[in-house]
Amino acid sequence: MKEKIRVGFEGDFQFREIEIAAGDPAPWDPSQKFSVVGTRQPRLDGKAKATGEAKYSIDVRLPGMLYGRILRCMLPAATVKSLDLSAARKMPGVRAAIALAEPGEKLRFAGQEVAAVAAETPDQAEDALAAIRVAYEARPFVVSLDDARKSGAPLVFEGKTETKTSGGDVESGGKNLARHGNVLGPRSTVKGDVDAGFQKAAGVVEGTYDTQVQTHSALETHGLVARWEGTELTVWASTQGIFDMRDQLAETLQIPVSKVRVITEYMGGGFGAKFGPRVEGLAAARLAKEAGAPVKLFLDRKEEQLASGNRPSARQTVKAGATRDGKLTALQLTVYGNGGTNGGTGTSGPVKNVYACENLKVDEYDVFTNAGPGTAMRAPGHPQGAFALEATMDELAKAIGMDPLEFRLKNDPSAVRREQFRVGAEKIGWKDRDARRKTSDPEILRGVGVGAAVWYNTGGTGPRATVTIHKDGSAEVEHGVQDLGTGSRTMVAMVAAEELGVPLDEVSVSIGDSRLPFAPDSGGSTTTPSSAPAIRRAAWEAKQALARAVAKEWKVPAESVKVEKGRVSAAGNPPHEATWAAACKLLPSEGVAATAERADNHEDAWKRFTTGCQFAEVEVDTATGKVRVNRVVAVHDCGVPINPLTTESQIQGGVIQGVSYALFEDRILDRPTGRMVNPNVEAYKIAGALDVPEIDVTLVSVWDGINNTNSVGIGEPATVPTAAAIANAVSHALGVRIRQIPITPEVVLAAVRERDSKGGRS
Amino acid sequence: MARRREKLPPDRSKALVAMTVNGERVEAPFEPHKTMLEVLREDLALTGTKHGCELGECGTCAVLLDGKPVLSCLVLGLECEGRSVETVEGMAGPEGLHPLQKAFADLGAAQCGYCTPGFLLTAKALLEENPRPTLPEIRQALAGNLCRCTGYVKIFEAVELAAAWLRGEAAEPRKESLYGYDFDESGLLPSHPGPVGAVLAAAREAAVDEGGDKPRPYRAKAR
Repeated sequence: MKEKIRVGFEGDFQFREIEIAAGDPAPWDPSQKFSVVGTRQPRLDGKAKATGEAKYSIDVRLPGMLYGRILRCMLPAATVKSLDLSAARKMPGVRAAIALAEPGEKLRFAGQEVAAVAAETPDQAEDALAAIRVAYEARPFVVSLDDARKSGAPLVFEGKTETKTSGGDVESGGKNLARHGNVLGPRSTVKGDVDAGFQKAAGVVEGTYDTQVQTHSALETHGLVARWEGTELTVWASTQGIFDMRDQLAETLQIPVSKVRVITEYMGGGFGAKFGPRVEGLAAARLAKEAGAPVKLFLDRKEEQLASGNRPSARQTVKAGATRDGKLTALQLTVYGNGGTNGGTGTSGPVKNVYACENLKVDEYDVFTNAGPGTAMRAPGHPQGAFALEATMDELAKAIGMDPLEFRLKNDPSAVRREQFRVGAEKIGWKDRDARRKTSDPEILRGVGVGAAVWYNTGGTGPRATVTIHKDGSAEVEHGVQDLGTGSRTMVAMVAAEELGVPLDEVSVSIGDSRLPFAPDSGGSTTTPSSAPAIRRAAWEAKQALARAVAKEWKVPAESVKVEKGRVSAAGNPPHEATWAAACKLLPSEGVAATAERADNHEDAWKRFTTGCQFAEVEVDTATGKVRVNRVVAVHDCGVPINPLTTESQIQGGVIQGVSYALFEDRILDRPTGRMVNPNVEAYKIAGALDVPEIDVTLVSVWDGINNTNSVGIGEPATVPTAAAIANAVSHALGVRIRQIPITPEVVLAAVRERDSKGGRS
Repeated sequence: MARRREKLPPDRSKALVAMTVNGERVEAPFEPHKTMLEVLREDLALTGTKHGCELGECGTCAVLLDGKPVLSCLVLGLECEGRSVETVEGMAGPEGLHPLQKAFADLGAAQCGYCTPGFLLTAKALLEENPRPTLPEIRQALAGNLCRCTGYVKIFEAVELAAAWLRGEAAEPRKESLYGYDFDESGLLPSHPGPVGAVLAAAREAAVDEGGDKPRPYRAKAR
């Protein structure tokens, strides 16, 4: 059914005819007077989290539960010669021991799994690891990107490439690509003719940009508790995708999907690394089977740093050209990414999708090293890609003598982001940024920089929800989604409360269980835009069921019954009218319920990429090399945010992860031994309370009409441009281009020396 | 790091330690090498105290020992003999939640919530010592606690709000709604400014329109 709806954003609304699926409500209109959606709602589980009542998977304790531990090979490249678990099996308290690698198997990074045991106490399990007899033959290894690219470098994969990917990972296309030595690729994209584009340019710049490996470092580590009851397996997992976990467990253990149940009531962060059972989850399930008792297996912090995934490093060379009046003529990216034993290290998202350029060439190579495998991490490829692209935009603006923001505005195809840039520029004080460079301390310089974000996902079909309206007027929602901490539980309740017109505190929510109606995995910032439309549709259908039940009692046609906020009515002679509570009293004792599936995205919606931009103001101490981020202005499109409180929190969290990526975090591998030298959270420095800038968040609401709630995700775009903006701000402060992150004091002091050697301070 | 505890005779493998936990006297038998974190989580089933790194780096396992914040992964259970331990489970009183707990819940300072217990107890120790902390003092006090989700901002706000409540001041979190535009006759121009108009409408006249966009007719203030 075609319906005319209002789409756009504050500065550009338009009417548009779109096809709405039968049985789905039309998207909310910008004039909608919401009572719940759009209000700052504390998390429903805030109290449980603040009292310790919230039970995370790591807190699960079952009668007779055993503790699992994993033995890891600490050589960066080795072949297993022999593995003997018999002595370990005889250790006190040990109830099961399994091999995770077979003799002859090649191990490819320090920290790779070899065997696992389950014992009655954690200490007994730890002791039993020491009793496992394993012999390795060490092989040559390579851990740095540069070394791995050299001809004659030790090969990470001697035969065919064997990468293990999990949900959310970037598709590497590895199977169809040629590999030379350790270098796979390129994956290429060509549009127009870059050579012709460079010919036309009045200014051309080229630079090479290095980014480091970042680890997810969620505070709750990876793991699960597995319990078999006969042929049925229940796991309490710290996972971003309970249905993905369920399906993978069933497939790997060769049991029916119907016999696997996954529960995630609360979880302590994921950021992309917690998909599927992974090695430790399967080990726990197998140990539990062998022992005939439940097994808890959670990684410790060191294991987490070595083997639970990471954001790959990248060496990107970007070349770009523009005309004198500031139009991009050519954009070229060549990237070598190091994802350890995994591919999928591309960074081209921003180069392809932020600024408009007719001539584009991208070549992406994966370089394998003997290091822990990279995996999806909050906007895979984007923070690194944005860092290189935005530095290039600044350089090119300088080359053609144009203000960097003006240059961006001239090339940005997104009307929403152009306005976001203008809002951010006002808030950060872009105009007088040059005048603000000097501070009262001659050794401290101030700088302001900017970066853009792009993201794509609009959610998808599949999610189902059940909404029940009870006789007393209260309501219940069942939807299997996991809440990573983002506020999904509260979102589910808010959408239902809004649609039903019921106060939020009269809505109960069941989530986090694969026995509940299907819900999306939380990856790609798709949770809310996938779930919310299903919830709304189920609530809408439950209202119709209420209308039908009331119509029967009133003896009027069902179509004549209208259910509006707090009120049910039927026109006619005589007209009927009842409060919500009175109408619900007419229901049978079982109430009414509806289960609905999310409709497809509307093809003819007001399509756009999800956009954002961030501005950073920094102070750089040229004597010590220390960078302090004073302020970040973050302007983002989040569709129509359902809960501005939690949306804002996502952005603040994305910003601080970006600050941490720009200035501190770095997985350092020792080249002689191939081992990580900072497998902790101290030498692997993560931004803390003292490092937090003032963060100014602006949400630009966009009604695109793509689904019935206009919702899009925010988790990932929120962290895309932060490091880029900070690096540009440091470059602005110093007058020297920063080409690598993290921007440690060493990097800053090298830049200061470069500036001084080029003839004084600019 | 294998611990050879099994060599000890079984009857001597556990120590009986008397301490006060959340105001209650507890006599708990546990292996003498256990950290207070392990004793709390494994022997006393108090899983509100979270395990983050067991390296003394992340602050997730912070509890109060005789009122002072300590990292329970660096304290032996044995060291708590005769002393008073407070965990997140002991913060709420007969009148309900501690103001810090309420402020953390109301302001969204608990995002995934995993670091929350450690922050709450560290903040409690701060407010008991300093009822009117400045923002820099709050940051300094919380510098040993890592949070990976919130960006810390809401945590600072919650500590400030709780401090105000504890001082007996009235303060409430804001709860405005974002939407619900009325439109002019065209149906396209909102009646009141949203976040874009609020910033750009005033500056618009003076601004050079670098991008070539037509200046948009934002509302500068509500009708």
